[in-house]
Amino acid sequence: MTGFLAVQAITKQWAHTVTVGPISLDIARGEIVALLGPSGSGKTTMLRLLAGFETADSGRIVVDGEDVTAAPPARRRFGMVFQHYALFPHLDVGENVGFGLTGSRERGAAAAKVAEALALVDLAGFERRKVHELSGGQQQRVALARALAPEPRVLLLDEPLSNLDPALRERTRRELRQLIQRVAITTVFVTHEQEEAFDLGDRVAVLNAGRLEQAGVADELYEHPASLFVASFVGRANVFHGAAARALGGRDGQLVVARPERLRFAASGLAGVVRERRYTGPAAFYLVESGDGARFEVMAEPGAARVGDPVHVTASSLLTFPDGAP
Amino acid sequence: MSRRAAELTALALTLLLAWIVLYPILIVATDAADASALRAFVSRPGEWAALWASIWISLASVALAAAIGIPLAFLFEWFEFPGRKTLGSLVALPVVLPPLVGVIAFLFLYGESGFIARAVQALLGLERAPWRLQGPGAILLVHAYSMYVYFYLFTRAGLARLDVSMLEAAQALGAGRRATLRRVVLPLVRPALVGAAILTFMTALGSFSAPYIFGGGFRVMTTQIVATKLNGDLPLAMVETLALALVAIVGLVLLRRTEGDAILVALGKGTAPRPRPIRRRGIRLAAAAAGWGLAVVLLLPHLTLGLVSLVPYGAWTTEIIPPVLNFENYRRLFSEAERLRPLLNSVWMAAVSTAAAVILALLAGWLIVRRRVAVRRAIEGLLALPWALPGTVFAIALATTFSVNAPARLRLVLVGTAVILPLAYLVRALPLAGRGLLAAYRQMDPALEEAAASLGAGRWRTVTRVTLPQLKPGLAAGASLAFVAALGDIVASIVLYTYETRPIAIEILSSLRLSETGVAAAFGVVLMVVSALVLGVGARR
Repeated sequence: MTGFLAVQAITKQWAHTVTVGPISLDIARGEIVALLGPSGSGKTTMLRLLAGFETADSGRIVVDGEDVTAAPPARRRFGMVFQHYALFPHLDVGENVGFGLTGSRERGAAAAKVAEALALVDLAGFERRKVHELSGGQQQRVALARALAPEPRVLLLDEPLSNLDPALRERTRRELRQLIQRVAITTVFVTHEQEEAFDLGDRVAVLNAGRLEQAGVADELYEHPASLFVASFVGRANVFHGAAARALGGRDGQLVVARPERLRFAASGLAGVVRERRYTGPAAFYLVESGDGARFEVMAEPGAARVGDPVHVTASSLLTFPDGAP
Repeated sequence: MSRRAAELTALALTLLLAWIVLYPILIVATDAADASALRAFVSRPGEWAALWASIWISLASVALAAAIGIPLAFLFEWFEFPGRKTLGSLVALPVVLPPLVGVIAFLFLYGESGFIARAVQALLGLERAPWRLQGPGAILLVHAYSMYVYFYLFTRAGLARLDVSMLEAAQALGAGRRATLRRVVLPLVRPALVGAAILTFMTALGSFSAPYIFGGGFRVMTTQIVATKLNGDLPLAMVETLALALVAIVGLVLLRRTEGDAILVALGKGTAPRPRPIRRRGIRLAAAAAGWGLAVVLLLPHLTLGLVSLVPYGAWTTEIIPPVLNFENYRRLFSEAERLRPLLNSVWMAAVSTAAAVILALLAGWLIVRRRVAVRRAIEGLLALPWALPGTVFAIALATTFSVNAPARLRLVLVGTAVILPLAYLVRALPLAGRGLLAAYRQMDPALEEAAASLGAGRWRTVTRVTLPQLKPGLAAGASLAFVAALGDIVASIVLYTYETRPIAIEILSSLRLSETGVAAAFGVVLMVVSALVLGVGARR
């Protein structure tokens, strides 16, 4: 089975050392996929390969049955929202949004399209505004309207929320999700924030060092990470080796990953001392130091322990991986 | 365009630039290796005197320009007084005077038969003019007047980039006003000061008009070279040209060393200190009066030029103020075909050379910044090279290279044709256009072009609708500077002109020689007005 947008064994080599891929990923029509990874993981390269700003060394990109691997960006009909929006400063809002509307379309029809796109992002009547007069959030919405106006086949977003202040970010995220669902457009976006990826993406593809580590829905990544990297990059994770791992129930040669909320204080188990307590309201995070000097976090009731208390810790569920590292 | 095609284009561009910029210099260097010419150069005291004169005149020009320009910059940037804004832009006025025009304006104003000399003569009842405007003093006067603007503009720009919180931090750490100035402000504006010093030094070293008109027996290297060339001693002219080029390069390298870290300035991101009102009434009035007095002094040359241009031929003899004023000179200038020709010559040659420089710079900017071609450093270096060497060096180099017919060695006879002057102007225009466009290209967010492409715009639409509008300020600034420089050029013209292609500057010189001061002044006014208009358009955003 191949999806609406199929990435097939795509690779791109940078200089001599850095390589992205081979990466394969199938994306269904209307699906929202997040590319999640640390900086340098290749997620932005992946997005630029999709947009056509970079050309792949090998592999194919197929959209709706059409091979676009070698097609220039102008022919792909992919809409892109840039990290810093890349609004044309010498054009006004209307001219920016109308930039992609050329060809046989009549003037009046184009103007109607612009108005429609601006209404979609809640900026109706902003046509004659100057770009630099807009707030960051408005600029982001203009960029979105501009990308959507030519009715692209795929929408690409590069760190769509990174330029907004935190208070605005959560609201914008919600609005963005609703908007994408209303337009029902296949969307790929890049982010380095797990919360953003989970919240906005139907599926999340985790990239690391140019490789696709795992692609799946949020629960799957969190509960069944395919690798130690995914386990520790997605959500909070404590990693235990050797004796500490065995004390929590791991076998020889395994390392154990346990999330803070899956650890609890008990009468027996891994012994340690509470070093710090961080109160977050509904719960508290306790930084525990075990006998071999390892430090890990336990999430528990705010009154479960005090700093300096000797404690024992057990795990309600564990993730285990082969212990390659010493 | 594929990677390979871009690299090939870059290679072709490099070769073209090397052919017109580097090759002629190499030919001068080869031709200068002539034993008898070298011996003549070393043994003649006149040569050493001219070389030394070039060096000390340039250094003194830097010192004078700094002494005038830096305090003015602080005054206008840091203090509020009546008329600050208007005066602040008036102070930059000498910039619109092309070098030769400034020189003749000084001649009409302060020269033996100029207004000031006549007035003093009449006032004191002297029989002869009270002074002669000649020799190194006169040259330095003109240099100081025309070059302090570099220090003024650079220092103001440097001060405007300062972050007021840095000054406040220094004060909070206990530094007094003087300590703040010495330990924070000056180090931060140092790159700007050094930039101005380099520009002043290079301009003064290459200066030709002032020493040519006011030098008399006092020779600097530029006038010495042209005199030797006119005498027909070509091998010696080559040695002199090489010597001047070496002085320029050594001077540039030494000055660059003092430049310091330009990153320092980029670090500050806050707002610049606001101008402080001068509290004490007396000082405030004195500052305003001094400012307006200065403006008058600065404007006098322009006004003089305008006045002299209205004096018909032979109408002004011994009076202090000319008795007859009319537009006769302008009428002749625009109605007599032989008078109009230099004007048209200058305009078309400047336009063609500027257009060519802009096209080459656009191509270079795209190859260097967007495609990051392998030879990008070579291209950038070749574009900048003509700036590092005095105009006379290039004039002599082009005259030598393109007066020989040897196609196998890429040498053609272009001297004497209509091609050679535009080519010389083009060489001089390359650094101006190149610098403006490269800076604009580097400032431009590459995502803008990508955004256009992803919205379905083809290459042509992307270039015309997105790239060029974005590059416009840098392009306009570079092109207007290049055009004005070519329009008023004398350095290259005096070596390479023919009667048919003679430009304005040459016509001004021959008018002066025929004592047609009014016509010369009228040419000067036209040149000044066109330059000011073009620079004004170029600076508009």
